[in-house]
Amino acid sequence: MDHGPAVEHEDDPASEYKTRLGVKLFIIYGIIYAGFVIINTFIPTFMETRIIFGLNLAVTYGFGLILLAIVLGLVYNSVCTKKEEELKNTGTDGGVS
Amino acid sequence: MIYTPSILAILLFSVIVITVLAISVFFARQSGSSKGYFAAGGTIPWSVNGIAFAGDYLSAASFLGICGMIAVAGYDGFLYSIGYLAGWIVALFVVAEPLKRLGKYTFADALDSKYNYRGIRLMAGISTLVVSIFYLIPQMVGAGALVTPLLGFPHYVGVIMVGSIVIFIVATAGMKSTTYVQFIKGALLIVFSTILVFAILNKGLSLKPGETYHDFIQIEATVEDNSVTAIADTSWTVTSQQQTKAGTFVQLEKSGVRRWFSLETAGNNSYLNEALSITKTTDGSVLYNGEPKEKEAFFQVGHLSRIIVDGKEIDKTGPLGPFKFLSTLEESEVVLFNSASFSNGQDSVSLWYQSPISGKKIMRPGLKFKVDKGSTITSKMDFVSLMLALFFGTSALPHVLIRYYTVPSPRDARKSTILAIVAIGFFYILTMYIGLGAMVNGVLDVQSSNMSAPLLAKAFGIFLFAIISAIAFATVLGTVSGLIVAAAGAVAHDLAASLFPSKDISDKARVVIGKTSAISVGVIAIFLGIIFKGMNVSFLVGWAFSIAASANFPAIIMMLFWKKTTAKGIVASVGTGMLSALLIILLSPSMFERYGLPADSAFWALDNPAIISIPISFAALIIGSLLTQKQKTS
Repeated sequence: MDHGPAVEHEDDPASEYKTRLGVKLFIIYGIIYAGFVIINTFIPTFMETRIIFGLNLAVTYGFGLILLAIVLGLVYNSVCTKKEEELKNTGTDGGVS
Repeated sequence: MIYTPSILAILLFSVIVITVLAISVFFARQSGSSKGYFAAGGTIPWSVNGIAFAGDYLSAASFLGICGMIAVAGYDGFLYSIGYLAGWIVALFVVAEPLKRLGKYTFADALDSKYNYRGIRLMAGISTLVVSIFYLIPQMVGAGALVTPLLGFPHYVGVIMVGSIVIFIVATAGMKSTTYVQFIKGALLIVFSTILVFAILNKGLSLKPGETYHDFIQIEATVEDNSVTAIADTSWTVTSQQQTKAGTFVQLEKSGVRRWFSLETAGNNSYLNEALSITKTTDGSVLYNGEPKEKEAFFQVGHLSRIIVDGKEIDKTGPLGPFKFLSTLEESEVVLFNSASFSNGQDSVSLWYQSPISGKKIMRPGLKFKVDKGSTITSKMDFVSLMLALFFGTSALPHVLIRYYTVPSPRDARKSTILAIVAIGFFYILTMYIGLGAMVNGVLDVQSSNMSAPLLAKAFGIFLFAIISAIAFATVLGTVSGLIVAAAGAVAHDLAASLFPSKDISDKARVVIGKTSAISVGVIAIFLGIIFKGMNVSFLVGWAFSIAASANFPAIIMMLFWKKTTAKGIVASVGTGMLSALLIILLSPSMFERYGLPADSAFWALDNPAIISIPISFAALIIGSLLTQKQKTS
């Protein structure tokens, strides 16, 4: 049983481009997150290493992951919006980088 | 702990609750249709939705649970913050837009729109219900923990109060009101948490957290054959000694009051350090530090034993910058309070004793999660499992998913997700300071870590305490409302449609079913919130993430990215993922403790199921889909 869409919206020619970009950024972040989990799990004392501003690796890496999520999110939004506008103006289908 | 309610706190609390109810009644007029009730008519601006996302997500688990866990376990609590935030990357990059493009009201609708198979709706509806209920438990536990110091009521009264208010909100208004409640609350939470962090940094670090902080007694002792034979302060007399796995504890008496001390040895000298205790006697009376409750002798705790700045030992630092605060704490030494319990004759004693620990250990993993000394393969697996659940669970949570349907377009879904990441990321950095601030400012309640953040606010004045507590209470109200709407949506749209396929359920009937379900789920949540009293709310939320990541995430990902996915494969994935996660949780050490059984008698040592249940769910989907390819092509 289909209830129909909650909101109607137009076809998005940039969707394939955005999906590929999203997956790429997800993989980059996923690898960095995995590195964080691996160090915490197998060499937690390494996290005591001083890195910057007197902060240890644990805090630097942790804050870094939060800031990286924000930065990647903003980059993703900016690139996607640009592509959407570009395709809207040219009326073509989304190419894939 | 013993709490005395404040008039200002009660007044502010009342204002917040009345505002929430007023918003609810105001929007009630606009949500007559099922589209209005479940998805706010898809009309919420992305900026409001983004902060509402943050409001939804910064639930009791984030504000009360994470801050509380950092306060008692240092960096390990902050790992929850990192995992919760990282999960948004999956939501933003992989799930938000494709799911929004599929439209619909619920997770099951999205899955069903591709396959139109009855079993999917049923299974996804059940999974949404189960995840929502598991997520509701910690919110209710948080509510109970909040009202005790705020209003002076027992835990269960708080749970019933939140349950009743929320049932009223969702049974009257629906998604639009919960969105605006979350928007206001999310914004207030971030603003006042920032103010609290400024206050923490401005105060800096001090060996004496406050004027009224209890001076813990230390007495030199003579020990022979592991037994205390004499003590330096002769105004006390030794009345009992207990050897336990945690250490040696000695009971001393002075002026008719008996208190417990832990025996510590430093070089050739031995000392007795005052502990906190609750003693239940055979006649049913309960003594707090050897005295009746009304004497208020059961103190708040948390202090530094050494402060070192640039290699020099000092008594206090004065105001500190955000980086200097963390680096100074890392160089210093903090006194944490560990628990022990034993029988002393006919009496049952619960005791919390001082345990000095270096800042270095506090500022890296290992205090809560067993990844350091004494760790095993299973304990490391348990940690990885939790981090997996937090990473993959966010995008599969029903009350997060439902919020993608409240904005007008996929672009708005993306923008509101990014705004949510910015707001949530900023807040999670604040949790580090709030948690550590609570750890060293003499505000901790040894019986429950959940109240650390509001109690820390109390150290900076009753106004900040009142406003933070009221916001935290609104946090619980808003999150519980969102969860109940999601659960009600699952029942009205998915279960009803699956169980009565031949009947065309009218739009009005669907809202009635939704509201009835909301009331039922609310009552279940009240019951469970009372049962799970005392458990850290962030730990409980970890379970909800595990179930969501196991039951929903593989189905969403494979539906979006694997063309061979079939309807039966999805049903197999959601079913096995949910059941395997539930099974591992229900037979875990933490649940055995809840059942009143020894934790080490549990079926396995794993508390967090994701590392096993996510692969099982993926495997079920792949096998199920490959086995049903013919049906798909025909």
